[in-house]
Amino acid sequence: MARTPAELVGARPEPPFEITFDDRTITALPGQSVAAALWGAGILAWRTTRGTGRPRGAFCGIGQCYDCLATINGTPNRRACLVPARPGDAVTTQEGNGHAELSV
Amino acid sequence: MPSSASDLYDVAIVGAGSAGLSGAVTAAELGLSVALLDTSAQVGGQFYRHPEPALGAVRPEALHHDWSAFRSLHRRLESVESSGVTRLAGHHVWAVTRDDADNADAWTVHAVTGADGDGERPVRVRARALLLATGAYERQLPFPGWTLPGVVGAGGAQAMLKSGLVLPGRRVVVAGSGPLLLAVASSLAHAGARVPAVVEASGYLGYARHMRTLAANPHKLAEAAVHGAALLRHGVRVRTRSAVTAVHGRDRVEAVTVSRLDRDWRPVAGTGRRVECDALAVGFGLAPQIELATALGCATRPAKDGTSALALDALQRTSVPGVWAAGETGGVGGAQLAIAEGELAAISIAARLSGRPAATAGGHVRSLRRRRDRMRAFADVMAAAHRPGPGWTRWLDDDTDVCRCEEVTAGRIREAVTDLGARDARTVKLLTRAGMGWCQGRMCGAAVACLAATGGDVPPSAERRPLAVPVTLAALASLAEPNTTPEPTGSDSTDGG
Repeated sequence: MARTPAELVGARPEPPFEITFDDRTITALPGQSVAAALWGAGILAWRTTRGTGRPRGAFCGIGQCYDCLATINGTPNRRACLVPARPGDAVTTQEGNGHAELSV
Repeated sequence: MPSSASDLYDVAIVGAGSAGLSGAVTAAELGLSVALLDTSAQVGGQFYRHPEPALGAVRPEALHHDWSAFRSLHRRLESVESSGVTRLAGHHVWAVTRDDADNADAWTVHAVTGADGDGERPVRVRARALLLATGAYERQLPFPGWTLPGVVGAGGAQAMLKSGLVLPGRRVVVAGSGPLLLAVASSLAHAGARVPAVVEASGYLGYARHMRTLAANPHKLAEAAVHGAALLRHGVRVRTRSAVTAVHGRDRVEAVTVSRLDRDWRPVAGTGRRVECDALAVGFGLAPQIELATALGCATRPAKDGTSALALDALQRTSVPGVWAAGETGGVGGAQLAIAEGELAAISIAARLSGRPAATAGGHVRSLRRRRDRMRAFADVMAAAHRPGPGWTRWLDDDTDVCRCEEVTAGRIREAVTDLGARDARTVKLLTRAGMGWCQGRMCGAAVACLAATGGDVPPSAERRPLAVPVTLAALASLAEPNTTPEPTGSDSTDGG
């Protein structure tokens, strides 16, 4: 019986690569979304809400709910469940609308 | 085949899932030129979502039911892709408009590519006929704690597993209502997760009243038996007439409370039991994604599960001439039904464009229609069995966020209804911002409509929104620009394995 999803489908992925989440380095597989790479590292939250500052992460998994918004390579409001992970990506926790530096 | 924006395709198909793919290959095989648009880089939609080639999945079928149907559609797509089908992957369609009067029988599909900060670019595609195969999204009903990280959509968990080969946790409770729950629980268990419980709000007795419809759909019963056997093998317990009524944990899920429900889905006091888990996959069935159609004025019908679906005739035509729909847009019914409807729609479109209505009178079309009707009857039985009971609103407390995007609580929505006199979702939205956020009410729409109707059991009104997905002002401004030619996507060799 399979113990991991990769075993179940007999995955032979191309070589893994590293991305960063805040101060952590995590391993991603080619073909995974940023959200999948974060889940793979046991990370479930990468955003805090505008109103109450509560943590959020992927919910619908298919680009509909916009709960998984992350700041990726400095650009906020990217749907982590849709954006493919690329070597060296820097993912940072998005606070509120992600435009704090613009507030007056 | 058209190669610039001013050229006209015979048909533009929005959505490359089971229905759209089937429609596209059928239309191309009948000699039509097809533009096939989808948000994803892959074809297959949500049901046949599969890992990217780089993940090297040797057995993608291990995560799918009826993978051979997809392989067959994919092979047909490859053989018509050079001649008849222009694949436009990564295209987010945000509106469809009817062309100006001088070109009365044409549609313009407005899309953006490179969404999510990846060089967004507007694209326009023109076509003589439109086939909407936009599928469905998961219906959610809120409950205390459902915004905690680790609570994910049941379909979302399935999607992340199918495409990214990841799980949200090691012990995952699966809850909500509908046949998808059994499929999700069995996938998660196969992939190595422990599933302490499947929590289904309905009873399964609803099915037993329709034995003839069930007996006429042996493939559906076989599918249920496969999932049921898998759950037994993994020791997964299914609790019916129950719901998750609380989630415990500070910054992520540590446990859930499962309570018994009465016939109307009202939680029974004193029945709550704590189940330890580190994730919860939840969903209350699927809702047809019909924003593009309703914006064009297509008529809807209330489906038996309480959702709004497009009203379609026997040949998959909407109430708006020139617009067809297939698959979940006409009521949630699964991949096999969607494949039959996509084919039927394509034949109907070809007959109309060639001016030969008799092309829809043959024996093949009659047999397709019979299959479609039989599967629709089964879908209706399922829909009725899993229609939310009005008592579900009793498991909300005033602090529960109903609108996830705008963080609007049940208490504020109740205040808008009881103190300020709101009687529908739109008024609640104007008073509280519920449904005004990024997701455009997809996550909270059903719940807000129920709360606004106070009785809890009113089919949500069909939403009319001029834009189907959020777009930048730059994309809107480009409406006046002529240079928005689509760039077709090539078929990758391993897609569909």
